[in-house]
Amino acid sequence: MNLFRNNADFKLDVLREVGNIGAGNAATALSTLLNKPVDMAVPTVNLLPFEEIAERVGGSEAVVIAIFLRVEGDAPGNMFFIINREPARRILQGLLGFNAAENDEYSELELSALNEIGNILAGSYLSSLADFTGLRMSPTVPSLAVDMAGAILSYGLLQFGTMGDDALLIDTTFLEGQQEAEGHFFLIPDPESFEKLFRALGVPF
Amino acid sequence: MTEGTLIKVGMADLNIAEGGAVLKTTGLGSCVGLTLFDPDLRIGGMAHIMLPSSDIAREGQLNIAKYADTAVPELVNRLRSRGAAAHRLIAKMAGGAQMFAFMGGTDTMRIGPRNVEATKVELERFSIRLVSEDTGGNYGRTVELYSHNGIFLIRSVQHGVKEI
Repeated sequence: MNLFRNNADFKLDVLREVGNIGAGNAATALSTLLNKPVDMAVPTVNLLPFEEIAERVGGSEAVVIAIFLRVEGDAPGNMFFIINREPARRILQGLLGFNAAENDEYSELELSALNEIGNILAGSYLSSLADFTGLRMSPTVPSLAVDMAGAILSYGLLQFGTMGDDALLIDTTFLEGQQEAEGHFFLIPDPESFEKLFRALGVPF
Repeated sequence: MTEGTLIKVGMADLNIAEGGAVLKTTGLGSCVGLTLFDPDLRIGGMAHIMLPSSDIAREGQLNIAKYADTAVPELVNRLRSRGAAAHRLIAKMAGGAQMFAFMGGTDTMRIGPRNVEATKVELERFSIRLVSEDTGGNYGRTVELYSHNGIFLIRSVQHGVKEI
């Protein structure tokens, strides 16, 4: 991408910090919700070929739970909160207090609870980002899907699709105690949004 | 190529297979998995189409496998160059789902149905018969085309395996 011709390392650092601030607040929100500590890994920022993005969550055919929403406002983009089925079950158990979804079937209540978790987390991610950048950013109503990662994530790549075969992904992994990756936060700003983000944060071109 | 060799077709990618090889593409959401098959030569092709029209492309080096209006002609050419005849080709396709049902109207949200429509327009342009399809819905699909008999397999999380 042309945008990264100058100061590439510095710009990637800035985007990593964007992920840090957003996901840090979301992790705090999740921790409050579950009433237990939630850690997060240092965000990774990469320009990845479309094929490799689904690899981050177990491959194109891996079945995941994804909450998707569009970011609207000054710096539009796509946001996903993605969790595997096992951690989702633990989260539901912690939140609803009963053994949920032993099989692959989720009840209306469980899906609605997961959607609401996604909503709360995305809201805290975006509001901290909006504070930090001074940009107006608001989430649309979230939508949930339980399906193949490739099918789900391709939806977030359409804006990049007209530009090339890679997308810039800000990926933050959540960890619950010593547990394996609990979930991923993917922020995929639209290609046009990077200039606005960098301007807002005073990054020289 | 030997019997049963698996040829993976990535997102915004296309390929052809013969001699019993199997073409496979995974995780179709709003994308369309289009296959063309020449039953006489037992040769097939598959494209994983992501967007309806190359008119919207802003990329420097156009990836012709990505757009319906460029992927279909390319696939037909590739098959022709291996001896397939356009009038014998039969098409099957799957995908074009709307993974997230909300907000209705915007063009991006309707991308699945638009991919299906654009692919059909291209097939008509080449007078290729679409014999079966499994498109739409709100779920992901993985598809395979068997080049020795033209069987098209569709796998999904909610609906298991189906053959068209």
